[in-house]
Amino acid sequence: MSEPGAEARRIATDARDRVRFEEDALALADQVYRVARHLVGSREEAEDLMQEAYARAFRSWRSFEPGTNLRAWLLRILTNLNIDRGRRLQRTPDMQPLEAGDYYLVDRLEESGGPIREEERVDERLSQDNIVQALSAVPHDFRDVVVLVDIGDFTYQDAAQILDIPIGTVMSRLHRGRRILKQQLAEEAMSG
Amino acid sequence: MIADCDKCEELLQPYLDRELSDAEKAEAEVHLSGCDYCRRRYRFEENLRRYVRQAVEEPMPPELKQRLADLRIAL
Repeated sequence: MSEPGAEARRIATDARDRVRFEEDALALADQVYRVARHLVGSREEAEDLMQEAYARAFRSWRSFEPGTNLRAWLLRILTNLNIDRGRRLQRTPDMQPLEAGDYYLVDRLEESGGPIREEERVDERLSQDNIVQALSAVPHDFRDVVVLVDIGDFTYQDAAQILDIPIGTVMSRLHRGRRILKQQLAEEAMSG
Repeated sequence: MIADCDKCEELLQPYLDRELSDAEKAEAEVHLSGCDYCRRRYRFEENLRRYVRQAVEEPMPPELKQRLADLRIAL
């Protein structure tokens, strides 16, 4: 049987842990948003998703295991919600016929604008807008992985846990997703 | 030894991800040291990755941060 004092201490500890969790989660909001913004098509969708994800995270804070990666935990909630909301139904088909190789983009840029110099800056050939448009045109399954690893700076292992897919699938989607991105960039650059 | 630029192209992503074995990495570097065509493409890819990260950066609206903080109080 616990003493009344012990119970009060337990409640106080619980409240303190909860506040700490909330503070830690909020401190990561900018980083979570940076990824969330490119998992969905618009700023409005990203904001809705962030609010849903944080509401759920605050409700289920006890299921977070202290010492593990909180940013990955938050993004797992967010990507699950994104799937639940059926946004993936709007995606473009996953399979694209024979996407180009890794040199495709440079080859196209050289054809249109002359040889790339070794020290040349990328923004001399591609605008920020080109990048944003091209990324949004990458099919979801591939884009999710590219966004998590190349923009969110997650490890393959973290990305696998967030998306609940095998690590080998992360690697193959990343490889292919980057190629599709470059193919889209070439199209953007050529059309603009 | 890497026979040609096609093989070097295949190694581009794992090279930049530091996933090649020491032997594969050395093979890639031998080819790169003698091939201006591939070297420029590797450099471009490296810069592109950095540029993509910067180009899509969109700061979180400050009012969203406040709304998230409010969720904490409301629950």
